[in-house]
Amino acid sequence: MDIIRAVTQDQLRTDIPDFRPGDTLRVHVKVREGQRERIQVFEGIVIRRRGSGISETYTVRKVSYGVGVERTFPLHSPKVEKIEVVRRGRVRRAKLYYLRGLSGKAARIKEVRRQPVSS
Amino acid sequence: MKGILGRKLGMTQVFNEDGDVIPVTVIEAGPCVVLQKKTVENDGYEAIQIGFGDVKANRATKPETGHAKKAGTAPKRFVREIRGVNLADYEVGQQITADLFQPGERVDVIGVSKGKGYAGPIKRHNQHRGPMAHGSKYHRGVGSLGSIAPNRVFKGQTMAGRMGGERTTVLNLTVVRVDKDRNLLLIKGSVPGPKNSFVTIRSAVKADNK
Repeated sequence: MDIIRAVTQDQLRTDIPDFRPGDTLRVHVKVREGQRERIQVFEGIVIRRRGSGISETYTVRKVSYGVGVERTFPLHSPKVEKIEVVRRGRVRRAKLYYLRGLSGKAARIKEVRRQPVSS
Repeated sequence: MKGILGRKLGMTQVFNEDGDVIPVTVIEAGPCVVLQKKTVENDGYEAIQIGFGDVKANRATKPETGHAKKAGTAPKRFVREIRGVNLADYEVGQQITADLFQPGERVDVIGVSKGKGYAGPIKRHNQHRGPMAHGSKYHRGVGSLGSIAPNRVFKGQTMAGRMGGERTTVLNLTVVRVDKDRNLLLIKGSVPGPKNSFVTIRSAVKADNK
């Protein structure tokens, strides 16, 4: 097992901020259009974080024009330029799937002063 | 044709240069030793016999020890032949290491698949299930065994029985990465057998020549 972890060691990112389900993130995704590359920002609430090592992923949910959009990113993906933590939320579950059934005011999450948000 | 023996260590994933996730199997490939060269004059065909992994000295038989001694090495646990190689490139006692393959090359991987025990026809032959309710009485069993006319069941009729635990070849897998220092091959996709089982890796026989 150790060799398997060692194989992926050099691809693990060390610039990932600490975040949990309930936090609001701004994920800067590199989008490739032909030869050009640009940055697209996906902002939403983390509703899930699963796995470990190189296969760890997190899911960000946002409501765009009234339609719920969820994107799952590999935590160590080189396609993500950077992750910003916008606010920290207080939640009592690890998986916030109940947000899918809520909308508008009910889908808000209380903010908590856990630790300073990265600049 | 070229080939090497190895041990399957397990699966993980890596990111390629585009940032996409590639599922890979990590194989400890080599170092192998050429134990014998089979020639047309002697054996009627051409091949190299290579060995991988040492066996305890007290577990090896005298013939095994003597055979390995000719190649100047200890008796090997996993010994296989690779056919279709260029015999002139190999010497008895020569080491074969993981850098035999380059990233991007196509390979076939041969191993012994995981044993599933006594399995029914749905799992073993991908047959369909009957209705589970409404008094059907026909659930997961084997279906018709064929026509009544021949008064017998034809050979090869698909029924329940032992599944898995047999030699399996997976064709046309891509080598993703070669780690020479740790003797590792990262091969895209899955490979037959449980972890720590022995596998043979050879260049793909059906690779399309793009």
